[in-house]
Amino acid sequence: MRPISEAELSEMIRSALGPLRIAGGGTRNLGKPVLGAALSTAGLSGITLYEPGALTVVARAGTPLSEVQTTLAAEGQRLPFEPMDMRPLLGSEGTPTVGGMVAANASGPRRVQVGACRDSLIGLRFVDGTGAVVKNGGRVMKNVTGYDLVKLMAGSWGTLGVMSECAFKLLPVPETEATLRSAPLSPAAAVDVMSRALGTPYEVNGAARDESGCVCLRIEGFAKQVAYRRAALETALGGEWDVLEGPQSATLWQEIRDVQGFAGRTGDVWRLSVKPSDAPDIMARADCPALMDWGGGLIWALVEEGHDLRARLGAFAGHATLIRASGATRAALPVFQPEPAPLAAIAAGLRAKFDPRGVLNPGLMG
Amino acid sequence: MEMPQPNPAVLRKRDRVLDRLAAVLAPEALISDEAERRAYECDALTAYRCLPMAVTLPASTAEVSAILRICHEEGVPVVPRGSGTSLAGGALPTEDSVILGVARLRDVLEVNFPDRYIRVQTGMTNLSVTGAVESDGFFYAPDPSSQLACAIAGNIAMNSGGAHCLKYGVTTNNLLGVTMVMMDGTITEIGGAHMDAAGYDLLGVICGSEGQLGVVTEATLRILPKPEGARPVLMGFDSNEVAGECVSDIIKAGVLPVAIEFMDRPCIRACEDFAKAGYPDCEALLIVEVEGSPAEIDEQLALITAIARRHNPVELRESQSEDESRKIWLGRKSAFGAMGQINDYMCLDGTIPVTALPFVLRRIGEMSREFGLDVANVFHAGDGNMHPLILFDANKPGDLELCEAFGAEILKLCVEVGGCLTGEHGVGIEKRDLMAVQYTPEDLEAQMRVKDVFDPQWLLNPAKVFPLISSATRRAAA
Ligand SMILES: Cc1cc2nc3c(=O)[nH]c(=O)nc-3n(C[C@H](O)[C@H](O)[C@H](O)COP(=O)(O)OP(=O)(O)OC[C@H]3O[C@@H](n4cnc5c(N)ncnc54)[C@H](O)[C@@H]3O)c2cc1C
Ligand SMILES: Cc1cc2nc3c(=O)[nH]c(=O)nc-3n(C[C@H](O)[C@H](O)[C@H](O)COP(=O)(O)OP(=O)(O)OC[C@H]3O[C@@H](n4cnc5c(N)ncnc54)[C@H](O)[C@@H]3O)c2cc1C
Repeated sequence: MRPISEAELSEMIRSALGPLRIAGGGTRNLGKPVLGAALSTAGLSGITLYEPGALTVVARAGTPLSEVQTTLAAEGQRLPFEPMDMRPLLGSEGTPTVGGMVAANASGPRRVQVGACRDSLIGLRFVDGTGAVVKNGGRVMKNVTGYDLVKLMAGSWGTLGVMSECAFKLLPVPETEATLRSAPLSPAAAVDVMSRALGTPYEVNGAARDESGCVCLRIEGFAKQVAYRRAALETALGGEWDVLEGPQSATLWQEIRDVQGFAGRTGDVWRLSVKPSDAPDIMARADCPALMDWGGGLIWALVEEGHDLRARLGAFAGHATLIRASGATRAALPVFQPEPAPLAAIAAGLRAKFDPRGVLNPGLMG
Repeated sequence: MEMPQPNPAVLRKRDRVLDRLAAVLAPEALISDEAERRAYECDALTAYRCLPMAVTLPASTAEVSAILRICHEEGVPVVPRGSGTSLAGGALPTEDSVILGVARLRDVLEVNFPDRYIRVQTGMTNLSVTGAVESDGFFYAPDPSSQLACAIAGNIAMNSGGAHCLKYGVTTNNLLGVTMVMMDGTITEIGGAHMDAAGYDLLGVICGSEGQLGVVTEATLRILPKPEGARPVLMGFDSNEVAGECVSDIIKAGVLPVAIEFMDRPCIRACEDFAKAGYPDCEALLIVEVEGSPAEIDEQLALITAIARRHNPVELRESQSEDESRKIWLGRKSAFGAMGQINDYMCLDGTIPVTALPFVLRRIGEMSREFGLDVANVFHAGDGNMHPLILFDANKPGDLELCEAFGAEILKLCVEVGGCLTGEHGVGIEKRDLMAVQYTPEDLEAQMRVKDVFDPQWLLNPAKVFPLISSATRRAAA
């Protein structure tokens, strides 16, 4: 199925007789495997409104992310949250779409400063499991009119509705960037230095540790501003730092964003969201190759195939998502962190209201 | 503004409900005396008042849970309350309701600078949260003008914003986790100190749900390092259009000010008379503030003033000192007070696309003449959040109604140009019946289904947000 209008999308969902597998660009082959007829959003494509002077863009959900990014770049603007490209890590093909990005609440390194995809998402239109067309939010930056279903839909993996259109607020692309890179540090020393860096007023907007233990800290802004902040940050943190300027820095952060360190290597990939100061202990318990982003708040772990990382970690504050694994492993282990009973009941209640027949990506989120 | 008829069955139960509440609460946590209940008959939308059946002021999450469990069993509506500064009537009680105020929940539970968060009880005021971390060089970013009084509880329920949200976002962008008690008394933890909660973004839905989904008793908030410094520039223009274009050009140029505030002539004049801030005599005034080190500020202000010069400003005043900064902000900060001196006023907060500014201001001017009521405009221009202040005389029969009708027309205009009814104050009762202007029945149905899941009996703050006719069947089923 490949609707080319919202009305068609609505009709297809309304008349669906069985489960639907919602596909954007299909660049991820993840979550619990969904059995069902494929419904592609590729026909719902195109930017419908772009106002650089208002820092807002609206695009249909099947629009290739690259098209949006190119259009914004021409005006010196961008989506602030730096969504990753999963293709290197997953070895997948296809074109990531706006809807897929929102459905995953995909957010990269800059999240520590500007928030996640959901924080830049200001409005959307979607079709729920009954075929009803729903609008929420709008195209303005501040909006508290009614409940914020925009947030609910971001990260709902197509289980509450199929988005047809999304609106974002944007940020200007800064003039330049620079990165400070340390010598290898232990996880504890790395989190300590990243926390100190993020606690300075120098607006560090990337703080990651690679597999060898090097900590990378990114600053963006006007050229003079970056030079000043970089120097001030070095002084505040002490120690020895390499400096990567402009394009060199940009390439490095693209690798960090896309978790290229684990691309092409054997093993399952897990993504942990934790309190940064807990990260060293959790990494020790995980006992596997690991990368840190978000100042330690995000851990990417490369685990032996088929192992249940959650069992190995025991209880911790935060959650673990299985990102890359064989179909058998994904069928055997919960892909998303099982939730406490009251929250699981709310989630099930929401699914029952928005998709009473259970036709939208059934089982994907558990 | 219409409110639903109180449920006589609930009113008849009053004594029993009070007895049951008294059995689980300390004496100071339960107010039944009429004179004391008066203090809770309204919020900052003072035109509407109603005495609640009782007021409860619990001192712990466990007590909140006990109150809700009893009200749930008895089928009594509950109206959560923070500091009562809502401008939308969000905390307005009904006769058959119990107020649940969190004003006694005022502790800081944990401050964690390495992980950059603070955990507080939600009765704490907005400003006291910053107060708790300030000496260590941190602050809590959302800064509503009411920050001295308003509570984190109300901020979360209304998803409140402030002058600096252009850069730092509003409450929802700075909230990491909550402890929330459901209507049936179940205590839930959502999110925490880690950056994103698992599963659906329930935190995102709770924020801005106007006390209709649960009672929030504790919150984990993101704190940020204080900037090195900040300085404003003031610029005056001959027309609203030109000022509007200047805002657009600044935004396009790639500078990100922390605040862009806009005042029109009536507002400039009132502020000048009231605060003597030395504002120029002109049609439109912008205050643009940037942050950073002194050199960074100079660089950004140079860029901004260069843009402003292209629009032939009648005045361009870059602050060179703390004292000058204070003077520039003085008039803006006293705007509401200045208006209050002249007249009664109603403050709207519709949001529009920044590009529609000149058109909307012109239309508001025309409507002002049609309705025969004056309007002053002062607002956050960077994000399009308008604050038209309509002046009226509360003692003149019919003036309030005329003012409300005018307000409704302005909000409809905001929606027409692609904006929304409210950018930060919330719907409450005030904009409830205008929701149908912005949303279709399907849109509203989708929102109400969320409430069905959290509060199936529709007991929490039921007469708010949704047009009464839209929610009638659900409320009647309670
Ligand atoms: C478990 C997991 C975690 C991830 N975490 C991150 C992260 O932290 N940061 C990051 O940057 N990226 C992350 N991603 C990557 C992100 O998923 C992709 O960048 C994006 O989904 C690719 O878009 P696509 O169009 O190829 O999506 P697809 O692969 O086609 O679809 C992705 C998901 O979205 C649903 N979907 C697609 N279109 C719509 C629509 N219009 N309406 C409703 N649902 C729709 C699909 O059913 C599917 O569940 C993650 C991916 C996975 C699988
Ligand atoms: C002079 C003035 C200036 C203002 N400036 C701004 C501004 O700049 N920006 C802005 O956004 N707002 C502003 N406001 C509006 C108001 O201050 C905010 O809406 C504020 O967040 C309300 O907080 P409160 O604690 O007073 O809440 P209340 O008025 O007590 O309640 C507001 C809503 O929150 C709900 N609620 C309260 N406590 C809880 C709880 N524990 N759990 C669940 N729900 C709860 C209530 O039911 C109600 O719906 C201003 C108000 C005034 C009077």
